[in-house]
Amino acid sequence: MRRFVLKSLAAAGIAAALAGLPAMSAQAVEISLYYPVAVGGPVTKVIDSMVSDFEKENPDITVKAVYAGTYQESIVKALTAHKSGTPPTLAVLLSTDLFTLIDENAIVPVDPLATSAGDKEWLAGFYPGFMENSQTGGKTWGVPFQRSTIVMFWNKELFKDAGLDPERAPDTWDEMVEAAKKLTRKDANGNVTQWGVKIPSTGFGYWMFQGMTTPNDTLLMNSAGTETYFDKPAAVQALQNWVDLTARHKVSPSGVIEWGTTPKDFMERKAAMVWTTTGNLANLRANAGFPFGVAMLPAQKKRGSPTGGGNFYIFSKTTPEQQQAAMKFIRWATEPERAAQWSIATGYVATRPDAWETATMKQYLQEVPAAGVARDQLQYAVAELSTHDNQRVTKALNDNIQAALSGTKTPEAALQDAQREADRILRRYRK
Amino acid sequence: MNRSGSSLTPWLLLLPAMVLLVGFTQYPAVATIWHSFFYTPRGGNPPDFAGLDNYAAMIADPVFWQALKNNLWFALGTIPVSIALAITMALWVSDRVAGRGLLRLAYFTPTVLPMIAVANIWLFFYTPQYGLLEQVTQAIGLPSHNWLGSPDTVLGAIIVVGIWKEAGFFMIFYLAALQQISPTLAEAAGLEGASRWQYFWRVQFPLLMPTTLFVLINALINSFRLVDHIFVMTRGGPNNASSLLLYYIYEVGFSFWDSGYAAALTVVLLAMLAVVALVKFRFLDRRTHYQ
Repeated sequence: MRRFVLKSLAAAGIAAALAGLPAMSAQAVEISLYYPVAVGGPVTKVIDSMVSDFEKENPDITVKAVYAGTYQESIVKALTAHKSGTPPTLAVLLSTDLFTLIDENAIVPVDPLATSAGDKEWLAGFYPGFMENSQTGGKTWGVPFQRSTIVMFWNKELFKDAGLDPERAPDTWDEMVEAAKKLTRKDANGNVTQWGVKIPSTGFGYWMFQGMTTPNDTLLMNSAGTETYFDKPAAVQALQNWVDLTARHKVSPSGVIEWGTTPKDFMERKAAMVWTTTGNLANLRANAGFPFGVAMLPAQKKRGSPTGGGNFYIFSKTTPEQQQAAMKFIRWATEPERAAQWSIATGYVATRPDAWETATMKQYLQEVPAAGVARDQLQYAVAELSTHDNQRVTKALNDNIQAALSGTKTPEAALQDAQREADRILRRYRK
Repeated sequence: MNRSGSSLTPWLLLLPAMVLLVGFTQYPAVATIWHSFFYTPRGGNPPDFAGLDNYAAMIADPVFWQALKNNLWFALGTIPVSIALAITMALWVSDRVAGRGLLRLAYFTPTVLPMIAVANIWLFFYTPQYGLLEQVTQAIGLPSHNWLGSPDTVLGAIIVVGIWKEAGFFMIFYLAALQQISPTLAEAAGLEGASRWQYFWRVQFPLLMPTTLFVLINALINSFRLVDHIFVMTRGGPNNASSLLLYYIYEVGFSFWDSGYAAALTVVLLAMLAVVALVKFRFLDRRTHYQ
């Protein structure tokens, strides 16, 4: 008897599921979204409220948003899921993962999905600086979402104490070095208690390096992602300048500087100037106990910074309905008003000029003029280092930058080694 | 009838464990060896046969050698010190000292903490300028040092973390073994006029040998397995100065997506651990005095 009850229950369940399936797919599309959190602040909450707002406006689409860890953990999860045949519909991953995702056939281009005239206009409305990392081979593969550039934060109080103008940041590299000399303080034992400037060299060393090579008027790679130019004289010169901050001018600590603790060093007044992502703005605004300023990176031959941060990608191995729904979500999430809110909540740069024209953004800019610096820097911005087999090429450069900074290699030898390794890795993509 | 039933029963009893072992240990190990002879498949194409190419690439890969060398130093640095510390702590807390329970708890705490938490605590210790270590050295007027940021000290710094984490765990085994030693031996040694050191070196230490062997093998395996703190503290840097073999395998497998090469690296790690196990079962077990 009991067995019979169980059996009929199971049968009823299967029948219900079978009956439910076609009905469900006709009514509602379910899409999944993997996203990382890479800056301080309540990012998860903002995403959750965005998703529920979207679902309210689009009752036929359900969005399953999954917090997937750091950028690195997110791409591991997304690619592993792709290889097992059940990728997320949509993921926010580093813009530099572009070639990796293409080489794995993991993503689809977005231009064929942007069919209506409105879609096309919207897609053309992003800052060209951000699109550089999103397009290759004449196709658009990613849509800019949480994007950033490098900026220099400076502590106005410490500037005043050192007899510098607290309202004006160093404009050129040489000015920065001069200011840093005045800002480096020692105690009675000769130990440095306050460093002039800190430029982090773990994790994103290559990115910071681009903040020096770009102003020195040299690029590190081609847009097809098959060539690198690490050992060009201007690049060697840029690395020499970086090494000199410690070795010659003694305004920056020796050895490698940790990316994660750099904002903390700034808040603890252990560093008077730091280079980091604009994405830290909201965090510093909430937690720094002193007035600080945000400046463009110091100019050398010209101004310049790489862009950075994450793009939306749509995965292959999903249904056309899901891809359309994903497209709808991306467009919704990057509309001017929402791009503005997202930028204010996180500190990322609003990705479209029209987002800066919204009332919300204008009011925010009045309160926090510093937020506009990253936008103004965009006109000088270049693409973040991204090649085929990106992580490996990046590691070759990172390792060698660290070797130069810790004094085990000369800048020239380090960059030649990095270039040789990159050539070896990229050889098979050059056919 | 009866016979066949009785020969089936042991297999049935073994089945659950066997399914798990084959599914999660034996099969992956064999599959890894198989994959190590293939190039990494790209973009959904079937993998090409590589022969020994992955192994040739490994021999030419300076980062692999660096990681291997680091790992041997890590083992050499952590094992003897943590075993010596474990014995000392065990002797100390097995005597009737005041606050014994509290002491045991204190020594064992590092073992209970997850490695990620441990790494975060130590990250704070080592932070330049305002970390705990810096505050101490500055107070007594020593020069400041960037412990994790300099290739000369980073490996030493993570070895200390390894020792801190392991010693308490090994202490528990020694503590248990010390309780097994008959008190009559201590009385006899006392009557003979043996000093505290003689009693330890001639009586306790030899009787602890089986435990030492067990701990040694565990420590050796752990020294190739403990990499969580590398993720939090250094990510293998600066310039691979703190990269350990298992961390490098993760990097190749999940940052570079080069699964063929990662499989070849894993085979090397497997082979080394197999040799350790073999040495234990074949040689050391025979030469150790069990009670």
